[in-house]
Amino acid sequence: MPNKEENIRIGVFVCHCGSNIAGYLNMEELGAYAETLPHVAFVKRNLYTCSEGGINEIKKAIKEQNLNRVVVASCTPRTHEPLFRSSCAEAGLNPYLFEMVNIRDQCSWVHMQQRDDGTAKAKDLIRMGVAKSALLEPQQPIISDVTLRALVMGAGIAGMTSALALANRGYEVVLVEREERLGGMLNVINKLGPSMADAASFAEEKIKAVQSHKNITVFTKARVTEAQGFIGKYKVDIETESGVKKIDIGVIIVATGGRLLVPEGLYNYDGKKVITQLEAETLLKQGLDKGINNVVMIQCAGGRTKEKPYCSRICCQTAVKNAIMIKEQNPASKVSILYRDMQMYGVENEELFRDSRAKGIRYIKYDPEDPPQVKDGSVQVFHSLLGLKMDLAADLVVLSTPIVSQEGAEATSQLLRVPIDDNGFFLEGHVKLRPLDFATDGVFLAGSARFPANIREAVAQGLGAASRASIPLSKGSVVVEPIISILANEDACRGCGLCVALCPYGALEIRKTEKGRKVHVIDVACKGCGVCASTCYQHALSVNSFTDDQINAQINAFLE
Amino acid sequence: MLDVGRHPNIDLLAYSEIEKVEGEEGNFKVTVRRKARYVEEDKCTGCGACKEKCPTVVPDAFNEGMGERKAIYSWFAQGIPSTHTIDPNYCRQLQGKKCGVCAKTCQAGAVNFEQKDRVVELTVGAIIVAAGYDVFDPSRIPEYRYDKLANVVTAIEFERLLSASGPTGGHLDRPSDRAIEAEIEALEKKAGKSQKVIAKFEEQFGQASADFYSSFQKGEYKDDEERNKWAEKYKEHLEIVEPLEAMKKKAEGFTAAKRLAFIQCVGSRDFRFYPFCSGYCCMHSIKEAIIAHEHGPETTSTIFGMDIRAIGKGFEEYKIRGGNHSNITYVRGRVAEIQAGPDNNPVVIYEDTKERMVKSEEFDMVILATACAPTKGIYELADKLGIELDAYDFVKTSPLSPVDTSRPGIFVCGCAGAPMDVPESVAQASSAAERAAEIAFYGDARKEKAVA
Repeated sequence: MPNKEENIRIGVFVCHCGSNIAGYLNMEELGAYAETLPHVAFVKRNLYTCSEGGINEIKKAIKEQNLNRVVVASCTPRTHEPLFRSSCAEAGLNPYLFEMVNIRDQCSWVHMQQRDDGTAKAKDLIRMGVAKSALLEPQQPIISDVTLRALVMGAGIAGMTSALALANRGYEVVLVEREERLGGMLNVINKLGPSMADAASFAEEKIKAVQSHKNITVFTKARVTEAQGFIGKYKVDIETESGVKKIDIGVIIVATGGRLLVPEGLYNYDGKKVITQLEAETLLKQGLDKGINNVVMIQCAGGRTKEKPYCSRICCQTAVKNAIMIKEQNPASKVSILYRDMQMYGVENEELFRDSRAKGIRYIKYDPEDPPQVKDGSVQVFHSLLGLKMDLAADLVVLSTPIVSQEGAEATSQLLRVPIDDNGFFLEGHVKLRPLDFATDGVFLAGSARFPANIREAVAQGLGAASRASIPLSKGSVVVEPIISILANEDACRGCGLCVALCPYGALEIRKTEKGRKVHVIDVACKGCGVCASTCYQHALSVNSFTDDQINAQINAFLE
Repeated sequence: MLDVGRHPNIDLLAYSEIEKVEGEEGNFKVTVRRKARYVEEDKCTGCGACKEKCPTVVPDAFNEGMGERKAIYSWFAQGIPSTHTIDPNYCRQLQGKKCGVCAKTCQAGAVNFEQKDRVVELTVGAIIVAAGYDVFDPSRIPEYRYDKLANVVTAIEFERLLSASGPTGGHLDRPSDRAIEAEIEALEKKAGKSQKVIAKFEEQFGQASADFYSSFQKGEYKDDEERNKWAEKYKEHLEIVEPLEAMKKKAEGFTAAKRLAFIQCVGSRDFRFYPFCSGYCCMHSIKEAIIAHEHGPETTSTIFGMDIRAIGKGFEEYKIRGGNHSNITYVRGRVAEIQAGPDNNPVVIYEDTKERMVKSEEFDMVILATACAPTKGIYELADKLGIELDAYDFVKTSPLSPVDTSRPGIFVCGCAGAPMDVPESVAQASSAAERAAEIAFYGDARKEKAVA
């Protein structure tokens, strides 16, 4: 029920939207109908409520008619709610006392041939909006400070790139690396494809820049053991050799990388004559033994299987690169790559692929139903394009195994309350549109922790994650729409934690209070999706501007 | 898009082109030509009343020419900004004829036929090139007969046919069938007109045309001038109606396309055109085949490719799901030729490399997964910006600094730099924004710092 002490005066503005609404609905009837609704003190029809003239009419009416609720029946809140809200605010009315009714997209546009029925539906919609608006309450935007310091987890190329980018922008960065040395995979890799730049010198250059940067604090042989808080205000514990450091952090970038699958039990893997591509990198760095004249590489070794269904993206290009390096070190050698599909996507990879053919590297397509057999000193394979069984001499067999999720990824996921996918990689906010964000605000993602990435992609993602993370840092505060969950009835909350488990944004936690275990809403993390309020069987939680009372009023109005 | 349009820090200069760039990183002077829309941006509300009344019909470029728009238009319904634009090449008024209907219709008074191009100068710290790519023109491959066979379309054209807001409302009507339906419509209009003419004669002489005509053919009324006219008109009418009926009968049998072929690497991985792999086309075809199957569960698709490069997150799983649940068959092999078959069905000639046999198969429609070609305007733009292009005319970058161009302060992201899919483009856009921010916000301080 509306607050009895308050004299509710609702202004309803019905927009013609040129002919978009007026062409299909009876506007005169709608205007007259709105005047009959409870608490409605003023009704105005506009050609375009969003035009300067329309906006001025709203402002004028708020002042002259003493309106304390405004309803606009027009188009979609996606495009126009912010405008109408700010117009209310300019006239001195709390912007959250505004309600929008969509009589265009879901009414006039879809009922173009049904003028009477469409008009009747628009009346229902306006009646519902008016009923809800009477119960609206003023809200204040939530503003929370941001600690101007970033935590970057993992000092591979993605993490170092992120750290440098943020540090160059003037932000403090804490870079935490589990190993003794910075650089991650770069430390093992021989050359960087496709430019064949030396990985060690590139790593060295980056490591020096990171270590000498005055804005970057580096912790090696360290790990993050605790991360409490939310965007802008994390309290992080870092376990180092010299004890636990407690640091305040504003944003977090996860760049913990991946690791190569060690193919125990596959293709007679022994780490000597049958090795992984990463072990081949080490051999090539040292210089290949003179006796190695015949090399066979097997793609998708342990990858694209029932257990690991994904394609690991970068193993084909790694194989081609290493095959070229073998040819360079021993031009007389014979190198064969046994593959299912050569995943040399893009411009540079395909170019490398062509070069490798020109250098005499042989490609043999095998069928996963009939995989190659590794024997002592040879590999037997059925060449599925020639239809021939082949016996290839092999002094060295190199297995292209997939990159799998990093050790400890699951623990990190729990620590930061961010999800991982079926393959153990971190799951971004949206696989297409938000590749470097998590659904949880304030936590970002780059490199092979997300999905196998080559050097170009890891650098790009490192820069990109820094860019995403710098947004709250550069603003210095987070401003959140107050349409969020609230613990409306604390006594009803039994602290069961069902809502905490269901919240997709990590915005709820159970706290011990004098009244026992109660849920607490981290307001800046909440997106107002309403999952918690709709599942709370105690009706303890509610969402501002979508309270049970308000929604019930809308439903009751519909049923009138 | 909406976010861009609404963001207080983004000044959107759509329908504009770069004229000149001077200066250096941290302080560029950019001259921009804001092309005349003949519509005042600040007045236009985007209501679209003008285009309803505009009498000039133009092929709809957004729907790949498959639908129609008017001479005053918005690029597509949700486009940002929503401001409409008059196409001066088609507008009657701007072509010197009498019209001005849109100006009379517009209640906001936004139409301004006198509007001229405006040249504005901007001072910026950094520049990001995100000029995108062009679709390779498959008519350059004569053996695929793209310009001869109506039912051979590009993947982008197919995308519009699948779209609920596209020219067919999302029904997989074949272009050849649509052409016949359009012809039926045109003939029906013609038939209606000639029917009216004949009806007048019938009224005048009180006789049905068919009866009259059979007598006329027997040699009666040869000297009657009016009846001769009637006979002539009736003959013309029959010449319209007879093929019309035949076409209508044929059109009754039209159904949505059900047997689809997708051909990969059209213009890509092809030494005659682009030797590179365009990266996203395999997944695009799989997606289109899955959506086509959602439209009609009896739809079957065959994807012909050398390698199916499902290399992104969840891609391989998607590919397998397409095979298991969406009637997709993956055939390894390069299509040699597309020939004309019966009922406008294209026939695909290919080598099934697994079975080592040359085969041919008839389909309802063939979709060409065309290469990601460098955008035509990139030469001129690169010239004005003073940046280098690579061997294929993408903006040149290095693997270790993936969004930096050859000129400091100018960055690139997306397909202007190299072919890539949506998530990679989005990630790169953030990378370019980061590099630009380092200069725009900290230009002076940056010079003192060690930048790696």
